[in-house]
Amino acid sequence: MTLTKPDTHVISLDAYVPLLGAPEIDELRVLAAQLSGRTVQMVNSTAMGGGVAEILNRLIPLMQELGLRPRWDVITGGEDFFEVTKAFHNALHGGPYQARKENFEVFLATNEMNRQRLQFDCEFTVIHDPQPLALIEARTRQEGHWLWRCHIDLSKPNAEVWGFLRPFVYRYDGALFSSPEFARQLPIPQYLSYPCIDPLSEKNVDLDPAVIQEVVERFGIDPSRPIITQISRFDRLKDPIGVVRAYKIVRRYMDCQLVLAGGSADDDPEGEIVLEEVRREAKEDPDIHLLNLPPWSATEINALQRASTIIVQKSLREGFGLTVTEALWKKKPVVASSVGGIPAQVIHKHTGLLVHSVEGAAYQIRYLLSNPALAQKLGEQGHDHVRENFLITTNVKRYITIFLHSMQHS
Amino acid sequence: MKKPEHPFRFVTVSYITRIGNQVATNLGELRDGLEMCSDASIFYHTFQSLSRYHFLTEGFSNEFAQWVLAALNSPMLAEQLAAPDIRAYLTLSDLRTDLLSITDQYCRSHPEETGRLAFEPFYFLESIEVTTPHTWEAWTLEEFRHWLEHISNESFHYHFLVSRLRSGLRTNDFSLWFENELGLKSLAQLTNRIDVYTNTLEGARAILNTFIDRELAA
Repeated sequence: MTLTKPDTHVISLDAYVPLLGAPEIDELRVLAAQLSGRTVQMVNSTAMGGGVAEILNRLIPLMQELGLRPRWDVITGGEDFFEVTKAFHNALHGGPYQARKENFEVFLATNEMNRQRLQFDCEFTVIHDPQPLALIEARTRQEGHWLWRCHIDLSKPNAEVWGFLRPFVYRYDGALFSSPEFARQLPIPQYLSYPCIDPLSEKNVDLDPAVIQEVVERFGIDPSRPIITQISRFDRLKDPIGVVRAYKIVRRYMDCQLVLAGGSADDDPEGEIVLEEVRREAKEDPDIHLLNLPPWSATEINALQRASTIIVQKSLREGFGLTVTEALWKKKPVVASSVGGIPAQVIHKHTGLLVHSVEGAAYQIRYLLSNPALAQKLGEQGHDHVRENFLITTNVKRYITIFLHSMQHS
Repeated sequence: MKKPEHPFRFVTVSYITRIGNQVATNLGELRDGLEMCSDASIFYHTFQSLSRYHFLTEGFSNEFAQWVLAALNSPMLAEQLAAPDIRAYLTLSDLRTDLLSITDQYCRSHPEETGRLAFEPFYFLESIEVTTPHTWEAWTLEEFRHWLEHISNESFHYHFLVSRLRSGLRTNDFSLWFENELGLKSLAQLTNRIDVYTNTLEGARAILNTFIDRELAA
């Protein structure tokens, strides 16, 4: 694998003014002015694909526009390294793992190779996720500020893998987690940094009603009847069968359609099995639409979310749940499980409804279908919640604030 | 209107959230957490939550009350915890004392509820405040009105609500300046009565603008 120069999208901060208001953007500039000319290095393991790369693609140009001097480095490594880090990733999520000594050696050797290859001379260095974690070895003196941004759920890590990685974490100045639930007890300061969406990305930008209609009709969905949607890959942890069962309860009382739209299952044998299980549960109900979408379906997902009457996220476990963020941004009423990062987004009875069972989900869907004014209000308040807390501009502001705080307390 | 000796200096504020090590999974642990947590945590879940969720103008007061309602399904205690008006408090210590007293009394009268497992845990978080003085300053009410349009909601919240904790006075930065520097006691009082619980921060600012416009037109 070779170093890839990230292809950053250029969207000016001014483009966010109609969405956020000029004062918010002006104050971001005022805050950032104190960091003018300061160098920032972001390091992760991939330039394309995945949520971290997607965020950095937006973050870097926004930081540049604000007068900082950010740099994005991507570590390189062989297939063996990425196999090890993928296994580490699953183990840190609590999966079983039989660690072998050579796995740790591959991890350390690849980090060391990248330490020698990359330059570490910035005032702020942010290392993303576990893959480049050992690059902290590059910090020979207590110069600069080093932060570890952990995007994964560390609440129940495999003890051996975490035991190996933990000493590296201790050497950072702070760690950032996506949810307090995901954090560990650490001797360094831990900060909350919610994931974010970009309101101007293809998946979230406003769509022409004609585009929405075209997409809905292409998938054979009737736009004149209520549409209940869950956007998720076909994974048991997303409980698609639970969603079908909730829908069936709702259908005893009122007319509606169900859309389950997820990523392609071609490269995921388990996804194919789950999709088949969902098909069996659906029993060829013509009002259940199972859409197995390819990865380049951002506009289709955007349109399906916008066409929906209610968005459901009935996960059994969840990271942060950015599909919920996307739905709230589109002012949709959301019925979602109270797991992972969802309660941070769905404030029960204010920005959506939290549920704990199939029956609960069915009841709340019926309740919202019967109370469209409440559904609209929840959607609008959900939109405001996302605008205040979960957009890319808030993410930039959070980094700037952490940098300023680090400077003031160094 | 008198000529001010000092201008109103606007401040930009931004917050980061620090994750502490305290978690409550039932009512008893919430009570213990209220007793032990830092002032920065009381601030985060009360004063600052009012800014983060300012768009909720019905039935949301603070995160303690919201958790008790949504995760413990205890509406009576939720109502009681929602009742304290943060504008009445000049120190976080006093606010903590009242929240703790409410929770403690409820636990004593409902001992069967104190150990009941919540739907989801409550994480005690802390606010870290970073302020930056603006170059914007107002020497007249017209200038004040102009710059008020340009500040963010967080900055408005900082001057309008958080100011009480800094000054130790039952008023806000705006009212203090109106009264002390411009001699506008009536405008100061009107401003201090604006209800942030039933208005969004934009709504509260719009009301303040109306008061200022009326004063300027008089």
